[in-house]
Amino acid sequence: MSGTIATLLATEIERPSIDWHAIAPELVLLGGGALVTVIDLIWLERVRKIMPTLTSLVFLAALVPVLTLWGDADALPRGLWIIDGTEPSAGVWEGAYVVDNYSLVLKGLFLLSAYVIVLLSTNYMSEGDYHDSEYYQLISASVLGMLVMSSSRDLISIFVALELVSIPAYLMAAWRKRDLKSNEAGLKYMLMGVFASAILLYGMSLLYGLAGSTLLSDIATTIDIGESKPIITLGIIFTIIGFGFKVSAVPFHTWAPDTYEGAPTPLTAFLAVASKAAGFVGLLNVAIVAFPTQADVVEPFMWVLAAITMTVGNLIALRQTNLVRMLAYSGVAQAGYMLAPLAVYSGLEDRATSAVVTYLVIYAAMNLGAFAVVIIAARKTRSGEITSYGGMFNYAPGLTVAMTLFLFSLAGIPPVGGWWAKFEVFRVLTEGNRASGIALAVVAAVNSVVAAFYYLNIAKQMWFMPTPDGDNSRIAIPPALTAAVVLTVIATIATGVLPGLVSDMTDFVNVAAGQ
Amino acid sequence: MYLNQFLFLSAVLFCIGVYGVLTRKNGVLVLMSIELILNAVNINLVAFGAFNADLGGQVFALFIIAVAAAEVGVGLAIVLLIYRNRRSIDVTEADLMKG
Repeated sequence: MSGTIATLLATEIERPSIDWHAIAPELVLLGGGALVTVIDLIWLERVRKIMPTLTSLVFLAALVPVLTLWGDADALPRGLWIIDGTEPSAGVWEGAYVVDNYSLVLKGLFLLSAYVIVLLSTNYMSEGDYHDSEYYQLISASVLGMLVMSSSRDLISIFVALELVSIPAYLMAAWRKRDLKSNEAGLKYMLMGVFASAILLYGMSLLYGLAGSTLLSDIATTIDIGESKPIITLGIIFTIIGFGFKVSAVPFHTWAPDTYEGAPTPLTAFLAVASKAAGFVGLLNVAIVAFPTQADVVEPFMWVLAAITMTVGNLIALRQTNLVRMLAYSGVAQAGYMLAPLAVYSGLEDRATSAVVTYLVIYAAMNLGAFAVVIIAARKTRSGEITSYGGMFNYAPGLTVAMTLFLFSLAGIPPVGGWWAKFEVFRVLTEGNRASGIALAVVAAVNSVVAAFYYLNIAKQMWFMPTPDGDNSRIAIPPALTAAVVLTVIATIATGVLPGLVSDMTDFVNVAAGQ
Repeated sequence: MYLNQFLFLSAVLFCIGVYGVLTRKNGVLVLMSIELILNAVNINLVAFGAFNADLGGQVFALFIIAVAAAEVGVGLAIVLLIYRNRRSIDVTEADLMKG
């Protein structure tokens, strides 16, 4: 016995060397989030005031390795392990975690959106007497899940990342503990979210069973030659439905408006932008990497999903009188435009991916901006009704101009960002010259016109209608919120005037291959 | 033992779970129905893992068990919050906002 132990102690285990640089963004965020938690545990109330600053510094610190990885472009794509001839093989997990241009753009997007969301939350949380330290810790956890999601090329890591994004968000949606609406927001979001993950997992279990591997690239090669088409179809449809809940695609969108209305508004911005983007990233990873050969199943399903999502979202948004609910339904409609490239992705995998990512980047800028204005306006009006925005030009001209830019961008009117996002989608839809793509482009074009109507209605309220209570005294805007509006205005204008900025970054090559 | 026996059991559990989620009004029972679906998934994964002689399925099942515990922990906390404020865990009564 002692001999065996001596052998065990003497035997050196070789492990593949970990590429620390490649996973540095996640590690910095994990370490920073843990540090913030410990600081909060030790000093409690005394550090409450600096929590938002600390958290935003953590996000910016995590952005540094993303930039250095981007600068070291020759080494991309890289994985979790450093693999060369002399190192032992990484074994089963090889290729499960990929750092390439695509995932780096998304990591940058998630970290910057999270930074803006912390700016939006600062005053809202400290003035509302909520548990603000815990709120920021949960946001860090959720953003960590998003970073992991953008690199995951494996069913297990996609599932864990998705839950890491969602579980903190369930808690944050119910953050205003005494408010029945917030409770209801959390309950609906949690029940629908957990149900969606369960459906997603059932689909994933079928895919795993047919492929015999959880790796997406293995699934792509094995289900191609499989004879079990019905099971493959079931697996694919369940997987897409699971992500459909996360990105609030019709008919799985029913939680979105209620959750958006009831949750704290900064968290609504987080759900509408960052969490939705994470759902899209998971969907893209699965569709582009695992199902490139299953286009005959995925494309028609996506076509229907995209068409009804944009149409239903826009038609219901037309009738809304509450601005947050209107933004929720408009977000549903925008998700429809983002799904559209996936309806024609076969043969155009890279172009479809870059169209979706471009849309996500620009959508993040303009939608966060719109939510920033909603949060500022609610400080004066104490209401989310669209009529309460009347006469805003009289007491907040700068804010009105900013909101008008965001609304023009959401409607897709040049020269602000949104037009480029829509243009990219239309270009992919018409590129293959296929009847289905062109038909979907027509549906999207009609929807854009409908959407312009309700977006411009808000601009009309702000510029031309009288103030409801007649009080036109200027409002004071806290510096954090001013910074958020300035940042998003710059991003919205820059992406519209210089679309090359985004399209250079999202010019992906061979996303499907992974590594 | 044949693979289809496990798949059939799992499919039945999945259907019972989905039925429960759609029809139950009690928040805790809805969560239990979701657990049924997750167990159906675990049976699938372990059976497929044994069938394919691949450990990945069992690893996946362990991850699901761990994450489901976290999910239900958060879920019960939210249901408890609803109970404190409304004295009821009937999820159909939570209708202040109509999506």
